[in-house]
Order: sequence, then C-alpha cells, then structure tokens
Amino acid sequence: MIEVIDLEKSFDSQRVLDGINLTIFDKELMAIIGKSGGGKSVFLKHLIGLLKPDKGSVLIDGIDITKLGGRELDSIREKLGVVFQGGALFDSLTVYENVAFPLREKTKVSKKEIHDRVMQALEDVGLWGMEKKYPAEISGGMRKRVALARALITEPKIVFFDEPTTGLDPIILNSIHRLIIDTHKKYGFTGVIISHDIPEIFDVADRVAMLHNGVIVEVGTPDEIKNSLNPIVRQFIIGMEVPSFKP
Amino acid sequence: MFTFLMNAFYFIFSPPFKFNLLLKQIRFFGNKSMIIILLTGSFTGMVLALQLFYTLRKFGSEALLGPAIALSLIRELGPVLSALMVTGRAGSALTAEIGIMRISEQIDALTAMALNPMRYLIIPNIAAAIMVFPLLAAIFDVIGIYGGYAIAVKLLGMSEGTYFSQMEVFVEMKDIRQGLYKSISFGVIVSWVCCYKGFYTGYGAEGVSKATTEAVVMSSVLILIWDYFLGSVLL
Repeated sequence: MIEVIDLEKSFDSQRVLDGINLTIFDKELMAIIGKSGGGKSVFLKHLIGLLKPDKGSVLIDGIDITKLGGRELDSIREKLGVVFQGGALFDSLTVYENVAFPLREKTKVSKKEIHDRVMQALEDVGLWGMEKKYPAEISGGMRKRVALARALITEPKIVFFDEPTTGLDPIILNSIHRLIIDTHKKYGFTGVIISHDIPEIFDVADRVAMLHNGVIVEVGTPDEIKNSLNPIVRQFIIGMEVPSFKP
Repeated sequence: MFTFLMNAFYFIFSPPFKFNLLLKQIRFFGNKSMIIILLTGSFTGMVLALQLFYTLRKFGSEALLGPAIALSLIRELGPVLSALMVTGRAGSALTAEIGIMRISEQIDALTAMALNPMRYLIIPNIAAAIMVFPLLAAIFDVIGIYGGYAIAVKLLGMSEGTYFSQMEVFVEMKDIRQGLYKSISFGVIVSWVCCYKGFYTGYGAEGVSKATTEAVVMSSVLILIWDYFLGSVLL
C-alpha cells in the first residue's frame, strides 16, 4: 500500500504540491489525472524517491521513503518498476539489452533464464522479433512497450506509469492501455498511472484521483469521477479550461 | 562539485566494478582520440624543431635541439596539448551524452532501478581517463620527437646522432615522472568536469549545449592553471 500524507513541494517560489493526501491500495490501478504542468510528474517522482518533499511523507508498505537514502531507499526501489514518459530507454543498448538490463545488473539469474524471460516479456508487449533494434530505430509506441517490458521484467510489486500514452495515436493509445490491463492481470502489481487521457483512462483504472493546483481535489471510481459534481473535475472531463481554484 | 569528485573516488575503489564499461570508455577516450593525437603531436614536434633550431643557432647551441624538443614535449606540451585535444574531442561528447541521458530521464531510470548512476556513468569515465591520458601524452611525446627529427635531420641537415644522443643525456626520469603526474591529473580534471556538467545539465537542448560549452571551457582553463601549479611544485 502507498500512503501519501500532506506532501508539499516548491521550486523556488512556485508551489507545485500543496499538501497531497492519497492512499493507493495493493493491487489496484490508480490513475492520477490533471492538466499538463499541474505537478503530476513531480508527484510521481516523490513516490519513486527521485525528489525529496519540503514537507510530508510517502509511505510504501508502511516505510516512509522520504526519510531514506542510499541502500535503504534502494531496497524499497527493488519493489518498483517505472515506465517513464519518453520511455527512458538506454540509447546505446538494443531492445533486448534494455529489457535484460535490470535482470543482468540486479539479479544472478542464468543467461538462459534471462533470455527466456526477456523473450517472454517482449512477446507479452507484442514486440517479438524486434529485439535487435535500437531505441532510435523503433516508433514512439514501441519504445513505450519496451519500457513497459523493462519495468515488468523483475516482476515488481508496484509499477508507476508516467503518461504512458502521451503523443501516441488513438490506436496505439488503446493498445498500450490494453497492455497495462493485461499485464496487471498477469502480474498482479499495484499500478499508478499518470495520465490526461479522458475518457480512455476510465476503462483502465480501478480508481481515479484528480490533481489540481497541487492538491487532490477528488478521488473515486471511474463512475464516481465521471458523475462528480465538483466543478473542477467536470470542467476537466469535458475539456474546458479550469480556472485557478483552491479547495 | 568537489563532493561529486569525492563520491566518484569512493566508488572507484568499492565493488562491484564494471570492467566492460571501463573497456568501452578506454576505447572512447583512447582509440578514438588517436588520430588527432598523432596529427597534433607530429606537427607540434615539427614546429618546435623549426623554431628552436633558429633560436638555438643564434647561440651556437644547435646540438641541444633534440633535448630541447624532448624536454618541452615530455614535461609540458605532451601532457597539456594532448589533454586539450581530448577535451575538445571526447570531453565535449561525454558531457553531451550524459546530459542527454539526464534530460531523457535515462539517469532517473537507473536510479529508479536501484542502480547507482555514478557507478555506470561516472566511474568508468574517470578510471578510463586516468589510464588513457598518460598513454596519449606518451604517444604525443614520441610522435612529436619524431616530427622534430623529420624537420631537424631531414630538412635542416642536423646529424641524427646529435639529435638523439643529446636527448639521452639531458632527459631524466624525473622529467618523465613530471609529465606522467600532469597527464594523470589532467585525466581526472577533464573527466570530472565533463561528467559533472553533463550529470547536472539544464533543461532541454539549450541546457545540454550550455553544459557542453562550459565543460570544455572549464576543463581547458583548469588544465592550464593546474599545469602551472603542478609545474611549480615539481620543478
């Protein structure tokens, strides 16, 4: 379980997170929605421990990762998989090497097992036969699939998706969403998806939280969010500009 | 920036060691810089021979041309010029590569995998530079001496025996050690500055471009400043 308590973060004078409180239950798919530049990625980086908050806590399985550093934090990160916005694939490695990388570097499994698991992961994300290509030689959608395969190869307990479908066409977008649902069923991870794909994300997530001006303004099931009477949520869902608002 | 270097030295001596990455970076610094080192080394030796020959002739000391070239190259020009050349060729590329890894979240990806980016991106470069810079400086020296030989003996008619025998008399082990210490420290300076600037690059293409420029300028200036101080101490 992930618990976020009173999380605050500012960059210079700009307040990006203004007291976030959120609980993400085990094995659920939680989507964080909100306008671009609203602090969603900053929030995600706090959940991974890539940024330290000015105030507040992030508890993963009861351990406050904001107080950890070095090997203690790494031991928590062993449980995590992250699909970054642009994929964050290593340019100098092939698709196969990218997916195999966490296994080679973090585990002592045999070469044969690595090979079998990588090929299985690539098959799961529909990239069988692409293993010798370099990231620069494949499309944006394929890169996101490789990133997903790499994030899942160590079978993490929690997977974070930072805008996994940004910049993709509707067909690829749906295929990535399908892939998230399928891999979630297969591996049973807790998933946190940062997204502003409305309404598609409602078909993927178990619960949705809306982040606006650094605070979570609404949390609920997709149906609850769709039927929310909160004007900020309604305006975001129907695609109108949301005025500056503090709840 | 100093803490960054101290961290790097800590990780250099703590396992696990990434030998395959070290070999890759030795090739990156060494093998790929060879042509530019051969080219600049030979022409530096040739220019030295030309200028020193006419200067020494005024004092009737042409016989000292060989040692003058050798000492200039071994103590000073070999380490400094080879380091400046490698900064321009490999240092800038290194900053740009690490900077692009930063802005494309590849460094964050390593951290999120519970892997230390320092061990993968910084240590292999610093270790490779420490090994490669003295070798490149030595190659620069040898090629420079033969460049000087080509001008002094083949063009200006000096005797081959005089050119080399005087060199054996005047060049001592401490001169070679001085060149060695200089090039090792230049290796640390260049890899440290270039890795640091790439690792903490600003946002976007502009950030990487700025970091690359700063890395080259700062490395070059530090090489010349450190050269003076080290030269003063080791004289």
